[in-house]
Amino acid sequence: MSLSDLWFLLIAVLFTGFFFLEGFDFGVGMATGLLSRNDMQKRVLINTIGPFWDANEVWLITAAGAMFAAFPHWYATMFSGYYVLFTLILIALIFRGVAFEFRGKVDHSWWRKTWDVAILFGSSVPPLLFGVMFAGLIKGMPIGEDMEMRSGFTDVVNGYSLWAGITIVGLCLLHGLTFISLRTMGELRERSRHMAAKFLPVQAVLLAVLVVWTYFVTDLFERRGGLLLVFVMIGVLAVLLAGLFLKWRREGWAFCMTGLLILLTFGSFFVGLFPRFMISSINTAFDLTLYNAASSAYTLKAMTIVAATLLPLVLAYQAWSYFVFHKRVSEKEHLEY
Amino acid sequence: MDVVELARLQFATTTILHFVFVPISIGLSLLVAIMETMYVITKKELYKKMTKFWAHFLLINFAVGVVTGILQEFQFGMNWSDFSRFVGDVFGTPLAIEALLAFFLESTFIGLWVFGWDRLSKGVHLACMWLVSIGTMLSAFWILTANSFMQRPVGFALNNGRAEMVDFWALVTNEQVLWEFPHTLFAAFATGAFLIAGISAWKLLRKKDMAFFKPSFTLSIIVAFISSIAIALFGHGQAQFLVETQPMKMAASEGLWETSSDPAPWTIIAGIDPDKQENSFELKVPYLLSYLSYNQFSGSVIGIKELQARYEAEYGPGNYIPPVRTTFWSFRIMIACGSAMILLGLYGAYLAVRKKLEQSNKLFMRVMMFAIALPFIANTSGWIMTEVGRQPWTVFGLLQTKDSVSTTTSAGEVLFSFILFTVLYVILLGVLAFLFVREARKGPYATHEPEIALQDPYQFKEGV
Repeated sequence: MSLSDLWFLLIAVLFTGFFFLEGFDFGVGMATGLLSRNDMQKRVLINTIGPFWDANEVWLITAAGAMFAAFPHWYATMFSGYYVLFTLILIALIFRGVAFEFRGKVDHSWWRKTWDVAILFGSSVPPLLFGVMFAGLIKGMPIGEDMEMRSGFTDVVNGYSLWAGITIVGLCLLHGLTFISLRTMGELRERSRHMAAKFLPVQAVLLAVLVVWTYFVTDLFERRGGLLLVFVMIGVLAVLLAGLFLKWRREGWAFCMTGLLILLTFGSFFVGLFPRFMISSINTAFDLTLYNAASSAYTLKAMTIVAATLLPLVLAYQAWSYFVFHKRVSEKEHLEY
Repeated sequence: MDVVELARLQFATTTILHFVFVPISIGLSLLVAIMETMYVITKKELYKKMTKFWAHFLLINFAVGVVTGILQEFQFGMNWSDFSRFVGDVFGTPLAIEALLAFFLESTFIGLWVFGWDRLSKGVHLACMWLVSIGTMLSAFWILTANSFMQRPVGFALNNGRAEMVDFWALVTNEQVLWEFPHTLFAAFATGAFLIAGISAWKLLRKKDMAFFKPSFTLSIIVAFISSIAIALFGHGQAQFLVETQPMKMAASEGLWETSSDPAPWTIIAGIDPDKQENSFELKVPYLLSYLSYNQFSGSVIGIKELQARYEAEYGPGNYIPPVRTTFWSFRIMIACGSAMILLGLYGAYLAVRKKLEQSNKLFMRVMMFAIALPFIANTSGWIMTEVGRQPWTVFGLLQTKDSVSTTTSAGEVLFSFILFTVLYVILLGVLAFLFVREARKGPYATHEPEIALQDPYQFKEGV
């Protein structure tokens, strides 16, 4: 495995990890609008992700930083090519982050309602738009010989990319619901589990249609059909098991299954893409790949040493923070937000 | 306006506003860590109260700093994609390390700190805040390492039209960052310290919670004073390094069109006329520029016109003169604010140490309230001088601003994002200021309510 292969893998892991972790944060954010019956419950929901959401978002920042350092052309083409999309993602993420902090600071209903809207907007728009973007990456975007992407509206927003976006939103919502059922007690726990069980078949349909649609509009199954088929089969199993675990009130296992669905979705995406970063719809010779978009061997080596030293440490203390806050959150405790 | 101008305007706006939040986070996390250390050592409830009260400001601000930071990282690719392609190897590396080393550290441990009061032992809880504080400092180091490469490129080789890293060690020991980092870091400490000192001064003026705000003022004014001195010392070193490495920026910040006499006088103020390339009037202190540049009372400093001729010979025809008026005045505003900070810090520290805070004159305390703004003005003008003074380059001597911009984004798109981001940031700044005033007004002994829930959940009013 060459160093550029390794960095492709690492960035894939960072993005997938981001959606696994921030996925349930997004889901919890959406659930504040769907699940809570009063302000107290809303606060409990926000507090379930209170100690984590900030660090989870750093996975995205690290993924982007790693792209910048390891594959500057990928970083440059993707962020400038999807300019408006990233503008909206940023606005949503900014609103969301401050909303958690600001919401509880003033005791007025209009104040809370304003930040409630910000949380809903900020939790649903980023997964939607990331889904739209990732769909474009595998379907192919108009990238020219100069590595620049010049896209029109319909290149970015079309039936397929919207379907992918909605599917990602659904995945995050489902993952968030199982997370809530794992982290709360009493009424919230029951209701989130029921809602997850009801929503699961809808999500299964969303995913199934996405798989079929992907089969027809991309070359993913042509290139990596065998492996992807295995992923799909594991996915089907994960949906069935998630349903059973929810029925048996085994929330921890149900959460693992919804997490597995996210891992499989983004895993298939990167498996299908490799060794390409972005596919050109104009000419396959213009694809951005490991071979024409990477940094120098020296940079990759330096980065590998740094990452190999730091990443285990980061994973260890993040895991420790989840361990410290492993207890369920209830209304009887001190709520920070 | 064309894409380049709009992209510059957006970068300047978002970066200046981001750097309102960042120094508050760096400064306050250090001060809160010191307060909690005092609590753990002395076990006095007062210090716990101080830790918790000033942490309110830190936490409100921290969230804003984090989310506006994401935008910082994304907009190199969004607006400056040709810059990103050119320097990705060298510039992206410190950014990635910043995320891996600093962002994870501060975001994880601030979560543990905020939610961990009842779950962690005192020592571990204290360690969390120190790790947050160290995280903010590491973050400053790595982003300044990246910035220093733009001021003085080192440790790279030009291959295939790109700057590729050949020496990582040279990058992190760039003499530019060795000056820039402590200068900026102490400026951030001073920002946090003047914020606490200013709020405390306001409370002391109104004779509210004196037993709480006197030690707050004392601690913060000492940090403010030490930091202000350190800012000046490292700033002096940085300016001398500037004479060597970016003489054009130095000449522009002095309004020095012609090469100076030997010894060189320092211009206090001048009427800069960039069209005629001369100054309409000048007020000068003899010998001072020689001293500032070389630590001795002799030596001349090269002027703008001579440098322009040299650069044309080196880099080809073009205009290599940065906006002189902006560079000149931002430098002076920074120095004026920095000097005022030293004097206020000195006098305030004298009052605090001599235990004269109670009978201190009201005028000084009122000045301290407004002095909250001084570090912000100094920070902003310092960065304007650094970044505007480097023009027309983004990476000095290697890449110009006009060649750095994304070629595929339209002026309309950038205008759209510029308006959205600016409106959003102004809202954030407004809400932040509103919440700061609110927290300050409430004071340290009005923040108990949430704990009622610990005893009796039903006593908990909806919406507390």
